[in-house]
Formats: sequence, structure tokens, C-alpha cells
Amino acid sequence: MSWETVIGLEVHVELATKSKIFCSCTTEFGGAPNTHVCPVCSGLPGVLPTLNENVVEFAIKTGLATNCEITRFNKFDRKNYFYPDLPKAYQVSQLYLPICRNGHVDIEVNGNKKSIGIHEIHMEEDAGKLVHDPWEDSTLVDYNRCGVPLLEIVSEPDFRSAEEVIAYLEKLRETLIYLGVSDCKMQEGSMRADVNLSVRPTGAAEFGTRTEMKNINSFKAIGRAIAYEAKRQIEQIEMGKRVIQETRRWDENKDATYAMRSKENAQDYRYFPEPDLLPIEISEEWIERAKSEMPEPAWAKRERYVSEMGLSEYDAKVLTTERSLALLFEDTTALCGEPKEVCNLIIGELMRLITESQTAADKIYVDPGKMAEIIKLTVEGKINRNAEKEVFEALFKEDIDPVSYIEEKGLMMLEDDGLVESTVEEVIKNNPKSIEDYKGGKQKAFGFLVGQTMRALKGKANPQTVNKILKEKLDSL
Amino acid sequence: MELYDKTALEIGRMIKNKDISCREAAKAYIENIKAKDGELNSFVTVLEEEGLKQADEVQKRLDLGEELSPLAGVPMAIKDNICTKDVLTSCSSKMLYNFKPPYNACAVEKIEAAGAVVLGKTNMDEFAMGGSTETSYYGATKNPYDYERVPGGSSGGSAAAVGAGLVPYALGSDTGGSIRQPCSFCGVSGIKPTYGGVSRYGLVAFASSLDQIGPIGKDVRDCAEILSVISGHDRRDSTSVKGFEYDFSDSFDGSVKGLKIGIPTNFYGEGLNEDVKTSVLGAAKLLKDMGAELYEFEMPVVDYAVPAYYIIACAEASSNLSRYDGIKYGYRSNEGESLLDVFVNSRSEGFGMEVKRRIMLGSFVLSSGYYDAYYKKGLQTRALIKKSFNEAFEKCDMIISPVAPTTAFKIGENITDPLKMYLGDIYTVAVNLAGIPAVSVPCGFDGKGLPVGLQLIGQTFSEAKLVKAAYAYQQNTDWHKRAFEKMKGGSL
Repeated sequence: MSWETVIGLEVHVELATKSKIFCSCTTEFGGAPNTHVCPVCSGLPGVLPTLNENVVEFAIKTGLATNCEITRFNKFDRKNYFYPDLPKAYQVSQLYLPICRNGHVDIEVNGNKKSIGIHEIHMEEDAGKLVHDPWEDSTLVDYNRCGVPLLEIVSEPDFRSAEEVIAYLEKLRETLIYLGVSDCKMQEGSMRADVNLSVRPTGAAEFGTRTEMKNINSFKAIGRAIAYEAKRQIEQIEMGKRVIQETRRWDENKDATYAMRSKENAQDYRYFPEPDLLPIEISEEWIERAKSEMPEPAWAKRERYVSEMGLSEYDAKVLTTERSLALLFEDTTALCGEPKEVCNLIIGELMRLITESQTAADKIYVDPGKMAEIIKLTVEGKINRNAEKEVFEALFKEDIDPVSYIEEKGLMMLEDDGLVESTVEEVIKNNPKSIEDYKGGKQKAFGFLVGQTMRALKGKANPQTVNKILKEKLDSL
Repeated sequence: MELYDKTALEIGRMIKNKDISCREAAKAYIENIKAKDGELNSFVTVLEEEGLKQADEVQKRLDLGEELSPLAGVPMAIKDNICTKDVLTSCSSKMLYNFKPPYNACAVEKIEAAGAVVLGKTNMDEFAMGGSTETSYYGATKNPYDYERVPGGSSGGSAAAVGAGLVPYALGSDTGGSIRQPCSFCGVSGIKPTYGGVSRYGLVAFASSLDQIGPIGKDVRDCAEILSVISGHDRRDSTSVKGFEYDFSDSFDGSVKGLKIGIPTNFYGEGLNEDVKTSVLGAAKLLKDMGAELYEFEMPVVDYAVPAYYIIACAEASSNLSRYDGIKYGYRSNEGESLLDVFVNSRSEGFGMEVKRRIMLGSFVLSSGYYDAYYKKGLQTRALIKKSFNEAFEKCDMIISPVAPTTAFKIGENITDPLKMYLGDIYTVAVNLAGIPAVSVPCGFDGKGLPVGLQLIGQTFSEAKLVKAAYAYQQNTDWHKRAFEKMKGGSL
């Protein structure tokens, strides 16, 4: 019998707002435990939440970018459960009136296009983190992450393969990063995916019983977890057992999932409207303003790079993997008018430097004006390719001024033809054997003489000038 | 006349005129607390040193010519569910027996900025759940008129302390009558402000959509002054109303001419003590004689207020009190092996019976399968009650009603019968469900010599009008003063 895998995703993304959703604490990642906290986010008695409106704005933008309807009358609800990382013992979330509904994200897998439905997107707050101390054999709580704003993006069960899931997550990640609403770093937990998976005989109309997998923190692991879980469920059914509706945890080290808790005796979250927050009404103007502030999405940039700037599809794709690179490309091109040159410098040099320096691509700074200057000098032949790379590396590392750096290091090409002439004469004098070979028709000898001349000039001469003068001198011998 | 007989504004004037220093005033009241509170038990925490220090600081500000409120230098007390920086805020619960907040409630910030001298934190029903102050972890507060009886609740400590002359005024909180009912039982005056009038920031939540902080004083003029100080928008409380300020400048002309006062006849039926009924209707007649118009009508939906209130209040409480889990602060049980044990044992040992009863009720009405049958119905009833008040206020300026169906009952008399206790809230809870204001003032004594209170209920933000009527009433009666004299001849 052949089987079909049916998958739906719940993706949590931490929003890149400066402050938390209900207080003014910073959302910055890291920090010593319990230093990014206040009475509000640590849930002391008597405190009250106040909504950070940037969260609503980011949610609207995300909804618009994923073709959702925006809910005009929004409310928050409380989801009640006990856990030490949840200081109020309830999470403020949206159950009844989520901010976005009925959207879709279009993906492409192996040339096949597919639309993945978005069931809803809602706003909520993140919980803290439990840290186990193996020496003391105790567990401590770090509330820094408590109250960091989250969007939960719930898809329809539209996926049929791991490839589709990964294509969707990549598209979502790219969209959110371009919108500036999240940095989507799976390893830092700012993007997390829960995978709901079931299997059914191919062609069946009914869905099978699903399991939910949590704790998967890389795209690669998601692919492996899906393969494992689908296989496990099929084996269960083929052995005559049934799949139990439960939450399973992905164990990265064992490459397997194991049961966390059964949904059959599921927790009752006792949702009810959050009385401490007023309903949020989203006006047409608010939506229009959000629309006007939305930057160009990556796919539109790629199309434009190919059709208007003459880049290859491959180059366009590489440049748009990081929004910071795409923006650097655009800004620099606008200043020097050499898209291909800018692209080559970014893909060839900058990406290598980023990898070597082990900095995140969204944390680097390269001045587009200075970068454009370097490219202009190269194109005009004032510096050679090696010098271009050297200056650019210095720009990346120390933000040097290109012209003074070139002068200081003597990287400028020679414009003194007299010096080239005298050097050529010297080379001819010192290499009688090669002259003979040249005269005898050996073209290789000419190349050798050019090389000797360039070496004597430390590579700073224009090769065309050297060629021309050498040819004239040899021919006149 | 002794200092203890004076109103807060009178003491404020004496301080301003340098008839008495802030320290002298504070000292006199601290002496009174020391002498009487051992038995009365109206305080959880007395701030003797801190109070005297604060009195000196206020004196210094006054001596430097700083323009402070008419309450500057006047001693006062704060209910123990209102957060005071570095001072125990226990909510009279074992659960918070050691909790000292790192911040002040908004109302505390405001009253201190106005020059208040805080002499302590007052006893209350545990987490404000109760109408007798008997559910306190620190033991019951007694009624200053009769030590065998309860002071009402949940702000029983505040009302008893004001009634006994231990402080000229106090802050309380009112979720379903917790300011008005103890005022009625202790012969003092109080205001339950419009929801959103006073910031809830720093008020330890019982039922977020119903809770309000309000004043308790010797007369309604004091209460109006206190309310002007503690009210106003606070950006830390999203439910505090923007762009509104109380203006009591027209409230003290002593006139009720032309005011239309509604009497909901179904409030005066079965279950209402005859003495209470006679006193309240007597007050209505007096107001009529003073120039007000009376208007009789029916408000049948209010009969559903008690069940709707207990569903909504308990639902919110079950969530609000979930944070007390023994992990971060407050009481933690030493028993148990697992995380679940820590939660269960800490909460089982840390909360009292009444709090547990309400948490269970609230968890039940919110649980899946029951939400629609209870919580949703509660919300629908609440909307109908609000509508019914709106309709009433199209026909009258305010409503006059008893505060409680009885006068102060005996300690232990109702504690084992929660239903009877809950029915005592019949006249007060509808006001909280509707989010509207009410003023509670003394209006007589029953056959046993216990005070009776009435309440005037008005439309949203009509406090100035309610105060105007209550003030005129107090100008023409001396219940609020006689109450005090009577008490002195009695137990104290």
C-alpha cells in the first residue's frame, strides 16, 4: 500500500521589536539571567500589561505579506497553565479573534508551484527558560525571554513532503527578515516550528490521527524528523496498531521522536478574554500606513535584478539570501552604476570575509559610498583586481578611506609611460635569450618578457601599456 | 474635641495653620493604634518609625513653602492588597506572608506625593474575598461598635480603623462591595469610583474587570478630596480612562434641589432587614424634603447580579491567583518531591478555604464544556445589567439603595454558610458589574445600635453629582458624627 504524509505547521517567530510586548524591557537575546526583567514581565502581584503597538504593526505587515485578512476588532485572551517558566501562570495570547486569517504562501518545489494556506496568525508573549544546573542538580529559571513578543503562524495541513515544508519555512523566513519583523534565527530560538503530521493511504479522503513534534531547531532536523515520524506512523499502522494523538519531542542526538504527553488527557487551558487589556481596533489608515512602510520583498528584488540589472538568476538568488547584502548591492550599484561588478565583489569577496570573520551577515557594515569608489577605480583601471580585493578587505575590516589607503600602500597603477619604457629597455637588455626566441617566432617569449616587466614594476603598470611599449621596442630592434 | 474626632480635611487645615505639626498628628494616631488595635486587629502592619519619618519629611516640604494638597501631613492607612514599596503587602494571605513589593501602586505614589503620612497596612479578607474580614490569615478584625461582630469586608481593616479613630482616612478596594459594605457596618463613608477612574496599577488583582481602589473617610467631603488625589489616567493601566478629571467644585453647596432619585422597589423586598429598610427609606424621604424628586421603578435583572458576579469574579480570580505557585515569591511548601508537589502543596497550604473555594468555582466555569453554560452567560447577564442601569439613568440622576441587607453580623455567624455570605452582596455587586460609581454613607442605627448605611448609585463618572447629594445629606443629618460618638460610649 502506498501512503501519503499530511503535514501542518505552527511556526513561532519572536518579533524584532526593541521592547517586550507588555513592558519596556529590552528584547535583546542573551544577557545574564534575569537582567532583562521588571515587575511586569516577571509577573509580580499587582502589575498590569500595556500593549506595545509595534507588535500589532509587525503582525499587520506579516499578515499582508502572507495574503491574510486583517481582523479589525482584536482581543487578547488568557491561556492558563502552570509551569515555572510562565510567571503569571497564564500566557496572553489570542484565541477567539486572531489578528490575521485566511492567507497563503506560495512555494516552489522542483519546479512545481503550490500554495500553502495560512489558517491564522496571532500575537502572544514568550515564556522564560529553565536552566538545569547539573552540579547542584537543581533547575533555575531565567525570565529574560518572558514577554518577548511572538507571532504564531498556523498553516493549513497542506504539506505533503518535507521538501514542501522546508520550501515554505525558507520562504517565510525570507519574508519576515525582509519585512524586518524578525531575525528568524532558529539556533537562538527566534524561529521555532511545531510539526503536525499524520499519514493516510494515498487517495484517502479522511486525515489520519496526527502527532505534534516540538523542539526541532534547524531546517535539516525538520526534514529528518518528518522522515522519521512518517515512517514510524506507517509502521505502527502496518503492524495493526493505531497512532496515538500526542506531543512528541524530537531528539537531535538519537535522530528519533519520543512521546512527551498524550493529547487524549490534554490540558484544559481555560481560555477567557484578558480583562487587563482593552480591545484593539485596527483602522483602514493603520493598515494603509503599514502597507506603505513595507519594503520590497525578496522575490521582487530577484526579478528586478535579473530583468533590469542583467544579473544571472543564480547571482540574484545569492544576493537576496540576506537582506543586508541585497541592500548593500542596491545602494552601491546606485552610486557606481556597475551592478555586475558590485555583485561579483559581494559574492566573491564579501561573503568570504563574512565567513572568515564569523560575523552574522545582518551585523556587518560596509559603506556603500566607499565600496562604489573602489569599484570605480577598478573599472577605470586605476587599480588592478588584486588591489581591489586588498582595499575592499581593509574597508570591510577597518572602514578605511579607499583613496588614502591606496595612496598609502602605493597600489595605484602607474601612469608614467616613461618609467614603463625604461623598465622595458632594461628587461630587453637583461634577457637576450628571450629576444632571440621571440625573433625566432616563439610567442611564449613575449609573455615571459611582459611578466618580467610587470614584476619589475611590482604589478602596478597597466598591462596594455606594457604590451604596447614592449611590442614597439621589440619590433624596432 | 479630640483629634480623633476630626475629619482629614480638618486635620489638614490644622497642620497648614501650624496648630499642630505633622509629627504630632502622626504620633497621636500611632498612640491610638497602640492602645486599641491589639483588640481591634485592623492593621496587618503598623509603620511607626516610617510614619514619623514621613511626617517629618512632609513637614519639611510644607515649611519650605511647597504647595501640597489639603491632605498634606494627615495620617492614613492603606489596605494590604495595595502595593507599598518595601513594605509587606500580604493581601492578608499566608501565600504572601513575606512579600514586599519593589514598587508602589499608582494610588500610593499619588497620595504620597500629595503629602500623605502612611501609618500602616490594614487587614482584609484574604485576597479581598469575603464580606467580613474573617478570612484573613492574620485573624478577624472586629467591629468598633461591638467586638463580637464583624466590621464587614473585604476592606474591614480600613473601615474599622477609620471608624475607631485610628486613622482619619484609609484606602480600600471594591470588587463587589468591599468598600461600601464595611463602611455601612462601621458607620463611615466611602466611594467606589467608576471603573477606570483610579489606576489599578499596584492593586493586587482579585477580579481585574471589577476591582477599583477608593477612599474610606469620616464623611463624604474627605472622600471626594482623597478621590481627586488618587484618580486620573495612568499609562501603566490600559483600563484607566484617558481625558477625564473629577471636578467636585460644585458638589458642596448643600443642595439637592431638582435631583431625581430613583428607588428600585424590588431592592426593598424579601430578605431586607426591617431596620435597614426603615433607615434607607427614611433617608430617601429626607432627601425629598430637601428638594429632591423621588421616582419608583423596578430593576428585575439585578436579581441575577449575584450569580453573574460570582461567575465572573471567580473566573478572573482563578487566573489572577495562578501566579502564586511557590516558585518566585511568597509561601513555598517544604513538602513534596516533584514540581507538581511544589505547586499543589504550596497552594493548598498557602491559600485559605474561601480563596480555594473561589479558585475552584472559577476554574470550573472556565473549563471546556462549561464556559458557554456559565462564563458566557455571566457576561451576557452583565451586559443586561449595564443596559438596565443605563435605562434607569435616563429617568433619574441616581439610585438610592441599601448597602447590605443587614447590619454587622456576629463573628462566625455566616462563615460556614458561603451562600448566605454571598447573598449579603446583593445590593453592591451590580454596581461593579456595570462599572459605575456609588457612594456609601451612614443613615441610621438598627435596634442593637449598629450603624446602617445607604448607597447612592450613579452613571459612569457621575461621582461629583453623587458626592453633592451625599454631602447635602450629611449637612442635614449627623449619623456620620453620631455614629462616632456612639461608638466611643460603647466598646472603645
